Amino acid sequence: MAKPLAQEFLKGLWDEVPPFRLVLGLCPTLAVTKSIENGIGMGVATTFVLVGSNVLVSALRKLIPSKVRIACYIVIIATFVTVVELLMQAYAYPLFLKLGIFIPLIVVNCIVLGRAEAFASKNGVFRSLLDGLGIGVGFTLALMALAAVRELLGTGALTFWVTPIQIFGPSFKPFSFMIEAPGAFMALGLMLCFMNLAGKK
Amino acid sequence: MREMIKMVIVLTILSCFSGGVLAYLRNSTQERIDNQVLEFVKGPAVRTIFEGASNNPIADRFTLKDADVERTFFVAVLDGEPRGVAFETFGKGYGGDVGLMVAVDLKEDKLMGVGVTTHGETPGMGAKAKTDPSFVAQFKGQSMDTPIKVVADGGSINAISGATITSRAVSAAATEASEVYKKLKDQITSEANKIKQ
Repeated sequence: MAKPLAQEFLKGLWDEVPPFRLVLGLCPTLAVTKSIENGIGMGVATTFVLVGSNVLVSALRKLIPSKVRIACYIVIIATFVTVVELLMQAYAYPLFLKLGIFIPLIVVNCIVLGRAEAFASKNGVFRSLLDGLGIGVGFTLALMALAAVRELLGTGALTFWVTPIQIFGPSFKPFSFMIEAPGAFMALGLMLCFMNLAGKK
Repeated sequence: MREMIKMVIVLTILSCFSGGVLAYLRNSTQERIDNQVLEFVKGPAVRTIFEGASNNPIADRFTLKDADVERTFFVAVLDGEPRGVAFETFGKGYGGDVGLMVAVDLKEDKLMGVGVTTHGETPGMGAKAKTDPSFVAQFKGQSMDTPIKVVADGGSINAISGATITSRAVSAAATEASEVYKKLKDQITSEANKIKQ
């Protein structure tokens, strides 16, 4: 149990990076990674919810009766998700239009409930915060990596914020299959393959 | 029994607290969100139609009650006077309602231009109503006395090939806008004249 604090954060970046290692939260992973911008937006939103719900669940863990704990977690998570949704509508409306339904769907993202149940309900507030932050940043980086591959091959450009930056010249013929749904599965599959090869002892 | 009561109390307090936080946040962001929706959903269409307006049509807007519906009108100042108003109407498309921003010339009682705002039409077919400027350009200068129709229905609008239903939806929305304008003309004119140059 008494792992070093840094470990709680760092494990989310490689050992337990959600989409590739735990293979959780695939719905947004597959759906929104059409551009890096979307990936970052989704990742930041999820990180906010993860950190918020982890901290609150951990702080209330002694008060919440175990029989209704899932209901309590869902109330907490849903609140944070609605906060994100409102803030994104108010301050980043174009991004909200692109992510659309996938923002409210963070409520049912199993990463968030998974961390609340498996980690925050058993650990202290600070550790839970680090855990949420680590998993959230890992999730964001994973989305960005997947989105980079898909966007680069699918459109020949990379969008970090609003305007796409052309990477390949005008003679590049976009491989638009990659930004369609089947391309998402192929890219994710190949990503998992490389992650496993790289992690092989 | 005690556990039962505890469960009820904890869940109730948690839900009340969450409801309170959300209600507060919703109240404080409501106005900003409304502005953002106008800016990004209706804004592009309004700006394209009113190119060259010397004011900001999104900011200079007013609302009028038309039977049960409340409509928002955007006013454009051209050549130093409030010249055009734009408002949104809807027509039944292939994939749900097609939203159309219709601009009316207050002086000549003609259509100044139209632009599609929201739609669920097929990409590459009906969606051209939004992406292909040559289709909506046909509505410019149309008279409001007769219903606007596509050529197949005896009108003068050339339908987008392969998307007759969408073209009809846009025409129907433009016709509806003419009706609304004729009905509310006096109120629209007096409200528009309040806009300072």
